[in-house]
Amino acid sequence: MKNTIATLDIGQKGIIKEFSIDEIPLKLLEMGCLPGNEVELLHTAPYKCPMYLSINGSHLAMRKEMAEYIEIELL
Amino acid sequence: MSTRIKVALIGNPNTGKTSLFNNLTGLNQQVGNYPGITVEKKKGISKLSEGIKAEVLDLPGTYSLNASSLDENVVVDVLLDTQNKFYPDVAVVVCDVENLKRNLLLFTQIKDLELPTILVVNMADRMIKKGIELNIPALEKELDTKIILASTRANTGIEELKAAILEYKELTKSTTLDISSINKEYFDELQQITPKQSVYRSWLQLTKDSEIQKENESEIVHTESKFTDKTLQKKIQHKETIKRYQFINNALKKGVEIDPQKATGLRTKLDNILTHKIWGYVIFFAILLLIFQAIYDWSSYPMDLIDASFASLSEIVKDVLPPGVFTNLIAEGIIPGIGGVVIFIPQIAFLFLFISILEESGYMSRVVFLMDRVMRRFGLSGKSVVPLVSGTACAIPAVMAARNIENWKERLITILIVPFTTCSARLPVYLIIIALVIPEERVVGIIGYQSLTLMFLYLLGFGTAIGASWMLNKMLKIKSRNIFIIEMPNYKMPLPKNVLITVLEKTKAFVFGAGKIILAISIILWVLASYGPGSKFENAETYITQTYEDKNLSEDELNEKIASYQLEHSYIGYMGKGIEPLVAPLGYDWKIGIAIVSSFAAREVFVGTLATIYSVGSEDEEKIKDRMATEVHASGKPVFTLASGMSLLLFYAFAMQCMSTLAIVKRETNSWKWPSLQLIVMSGLAYIVALVVYQLMK
Repeated sequence: MKNTIATLDIGQKGIIKEFSIDEIPLKLLEMGCLPGNEVELLHTAPYKCPMYLSINGSHLAMRKEMAEYIEIELL
Repeated sequence: MSTRIKVALIGNPNTGKTSLFNNLTGLNQQVGNYPGITVEKKKGISKLSEGIKAEVLDLPGTYSLNASSLDENVVVDVLLDTQNKFYPDVAVVVCDVENLKRNLLLFTQIKDLELPTILVVNMADRMIKKGIELNIPALEKELDTKIILASTRANTGIEELKAAILEYKELTKSTTLDISSINKEYFDELQQITPKQSVYRSWLQLTKDSEIQKENESEIVHTESKFTDKTLQKKIQHKETIKRYQFINNALKKGVEIDPQKATGLRTKLDNILTHKIWGYVIFFAILLLIFQAIYDWSSYPMDLIDASFASLSEIVKDVLPPGVFTNLIAEGIIPGIGGVVIFIPQIAFLFLFISILEESGYMSRVVFLMDRVMRRFGLSGKSVVPLVSGTACAIPAVMAARNIENWKERLITILIVPFTTCSARLPVYLIIIALVIPEERVVGIIGYQSLTLMFLYLLGFGTAIGASWMLNKMLKIKSRNIFIIEMPNYKMPLPKNVLITVLEKTKAFVFGAGKIILAISIILWVLASYGPGSKFENAETYITQTYEDKNLSEDELNEKIASYQLEHSYIGYMGKGIEPLVAPLGYDWKIGIAIVSSFAAREVFVGTLATIYSVGSEDEEKIKDRMATEVHASGKPVFTLASGMSLLLFYAFAMQCMSTLAIVKRETNSWKWPSLQLIVMSGLAYIVALVVYQLMK
């Protein structure tokens, strides 16, 4: 199974690999979610959604469905 | 004449942009709307030096110039159109020192518009604590701009910023990114079509047109099919963003050092509690309880005071001014009418106080995060929490707050159900009816029946809103993308000045907005109640004196009979009688009927209307409530009983009686379909529920 942001555990980090630009809104890129950047899962709400992340030094939350589209390499 | 420099403040949300605006302009601000849309426009004047002033425009917070919402679109509109009357001489981009990397993305876009640009690095007072070191000369060189270190909290850097604005003509207009390098062929062609402006401006225009407006105004789109290809556009936008971040990373490498050990701290500690899977919810509900406590309990004291003051004010006016039509209009029409608005001020102020503290502190984002999962079950988004909570103040800002919801279906449902939440305009109706028909006793000696009823009505509002969204979620067949992104900003101690300005502004807007309608309605009602068609109205005195000649009535009793006979035969009396068959099954008399009809303009008119109708012709001025308590039907039974009272409460809980909300919903959804649906469904529901409850309880 490939690793995505959705498979991260709390406290785990990864490096963003690639994602399909059809699924990911531009806004997410603009907030720093770009290939090559480090991502860490800080908290989750119950049932692991939404996910509270630190990406490239900025803090944001997204739903699990979107996190599944973003492939990462575990650190 | 003094010189004026036009300054635009631009920045991401949560960068302290508005604090900077407040520090620059003080209370010298004007809040309005951009022409034709409901986006708030804040303008202020700042004195730069003797004879030179800056006209500062606080543009809505945005992450980027690739606008994805109405608010963000305003920023692009102002900055793209050099003929726009708000087009700035100089742009001031505000960044948060802790989020420089992300905040600078917008800066590079603004700079590429070839505008003189000043960069303000805000919250500089936190640098040492967070282990951040800036090499300003190096950064200024890399970004080719003037950098001001500021702290709106410690009030530093403001004078330096003013000095920099004064010298804006010295700033370069160099760009940070050559957009053509992404796809040379594409951009060369675009430049050929629009030779008059820079290709980056044309590019923004092109993407904005295909994103926001359905009917394109710009000629670019029609000419070449290549430029209508949205997938290609998106690809270029992605590449552009990556390139911009490369530029930023490069610049920051030379100018910023961060000690990661110090960077986190308070955030982690607070988040561990506030976003905790159990404690997070407990704390949120405790905060909600505190807010409602403040609204009901704490604000009741100033409200009683206001009510009593307006009653005595009417009396004083009657005593001081010479008797006549004009005095009556003031004492019986205008003063009670205005009293009905002013009485809201404490509650509105409390609500906006809490909401602005929650927003300013960064806590609201945590609530959104916690609630998203729960809300999605009902077709809403975590971001619907903000509209639902602010809906308890007023549905108008609440409907607008739904703009932050990216998913159209979730946004539409939020807009449609928000008017069910108990807005502050319902409160005076609730409070007065509850005081009249619910006993003052306490259950088990602690909680009063009255506050229980109020709480029930609030829960009913929320419950109906949630139930309605669940139904809408099943019924509406709208496909939209499952997008949800929210920034989790740093925690900040709210600045009292910012909170105060927000509270003042919102309260003022509410009072003047509602005040105008209420004043107009009060005057119309007074005229309609003080004059009547035909002879019955004019000859009331002779008629009543003759009828009761042998009944030995006192002069007071006789006067009252005359007044009520006159009222019944006034214009409003006839109108009221006309609608009485419609409202009688709900347990109301014609006076309440009139009050309900007039409160379709705005709910809060209800109390004012009854106050005006009742005070016309009454000799001594009483508090509205006492006057209502003594009101009887022709049969002698009191008008306000438990059954009719409950029926009224429920009618107001459900009915869509607010023209301003309907107008806002029309604007936000861009269709009459949705506000009409709200009006019909909500008011129909209200009528049926009130009917059933009255018939069962009477």
